Order: sequence, then structure tokens, then C-alpha cells
Amino acid sequence: MYEAIAFYLLAAVVAGSAFGCVIATNIVRMALCLLGTLGGVALLYFLMAANFLGVVQLIVYAGGTLIVIVFGVMLTSRAAGVRLRPKRSEALAGTLICIGLLAGLVTLLVRTAWPAAQSEAQAYDVAWLGNELLSTYLVPFEMVSVLLLAVMIGAAFLAQPSGKDKEPEER
Amino acid sequence: MLAIGLTHYLVLAAFLFCCGLYVMATKRNAVGILIGAELVLNAAGINLVAFSRYETGLADGQIAALFIIVLAAAEAAIAIAIFVNYYRLLGTIDPDAGDRLRG
Repeated sequence: MYEAIAFYLLAAVVAGSAFGCVIATNIVRMALCLLGTLGGVALLYFLMAANFLGVVQLIVYAGGTLIVIVFGVMLTSRAAGVRLRPKRSEALAGTLICIGLLAGLVTLLVRTAWPAAQSEAQAYDVAWLGNELLSTYLVPFEMVSVLLLAVMIGAAFLAQPSGKDKEPEER
Repeated sequence: MLAIGLTHYLVLAAFLFCCGLYVMATKRNAVGILIGAELVLNAAGINLVAFSRYETGLADGQIAALFIIVLAAAEAAIAIAIFVNYYRLLGTIDPDAGDRLRG
């Protein structure tokens, strides 16, 4: 009962702020709506007994990725109000495709009979997840580590001032 | 209606996915497209965790969702670096402005 109330409340928050992203014409408002979606999804993770994942979602996604996006907005918006209204034909085509896809997906999902539902939520603690990560999932874990290193170097390289701006100072 | 099951989560994720798809397809700001990609990745995360909670009962889905969060952070960092360069080069953030293939 309480689970249902919590789910519908959180689903309303997540879906509402995702729809806010769709209709917003201001990039700052879009980022704000994304914050609502990310927080709602983190709480949904808590509801599904994935506690560690919810915490990580809050810290890394809402705390880190969103900050990076907001920095990007600040660095790339010259005027305060950058309009991002799509062309009418584009908006119409996108709406038709997305509504069609959503209708198809929902029909499919509702009609499918999913086998063997687990009624009890199984909560895994952090120690268990850590053991799994360093034994069964060791290879993807290491690959992600290398990827993060590559991303760090690549982002620093891409974002440095270009050669033309720097040369006169060095000579 | 009161018993929350797998289908509820999957339908919510489908809605989130479609919103992200629309945002990616129509927004005129490259950062907006990145925000759409984040919505799609979140939909995938909800799906994975819901399947692990209601179907398998194993932690596979949670670990896959963990990797998704890491990859999304990496993707955002690289994308923002590219957008800053793009803005410096073209003076705008409209993705349609960068259609020149000659350097």
C-alpha cells in the first residue's frame, strides 16, 4: 500500500520533470528539470531496495554530472536567454515518432506476461556488491577504470586553449 | 493497480526514454541534446534495476546500472569539452551550425 503510494508519487515527479525537459525552451530550466528526474530516479532505486545504487545516483549523477552540465551551459551561453525552440516540422515529426513509439512500447509491456515474479525485495549490502565487482565483474570494472583515465586526459586535452591563442605568450 | 510490479517500472522507463528521444531529436542546443541522452540512460538504469528486483533476484542489474552511471559521467565530461571547443570555433551552440566537413 505504502509502496504503491510512494511509487505513484515518485513516478509523477520523474515523468513530470522529464516532460518539463521536453517543453522547456530555456536551457537552464531544462537542467533544473533534469535534477528533478535524477533525484526521482534515485528515490525509485531506494524503493527497489537498491540502496547503494540510489546513493551513487545522487552523488555522482545529481551531484557531479549535473554540475558539469550546468558548467557547460554557463560556458556556452553568450546571451542570458538562448532560445531552443525547434522548427514546427521537426517538432511535429518528433512528437509523432515518440508518441507512436511510446504507444507501441506500452502496449507490448502491458500485454507481456512476465514469468516468476520475486515478491520479496532482496537488498544487497555494499560489501556484497564490492565483492561481486572485484570477482565476477572484474574485467568490466578494470575497463571502466581505464576508460575514466582516458576520459580525464581527453577532456583536459580537448578543453585546453587552442594553440593559436597561446603562442604569442610563449615567445 | 495497488500491487506495484515490473510493468509499472517498465512503463515509466518507456515514457522517460521517449521524452529523452524527443529532446535529443528536436532541441537546438547541444547541451540540451546531452540532457536528452541522460534521460535515455536513466530509463535504461530503471529497466535494469527493475528486472533485477522483480525477475532474477540477482545483483547483475544493479551492477550494470552502476556502470551506466559511470559511463554517463564520462560521456558528459567529454561532451562538454567538445561543446566548449565547438562554441569557441563557431560562436554558437546550435548543432546545425557545424555542418561543414572541411577543416
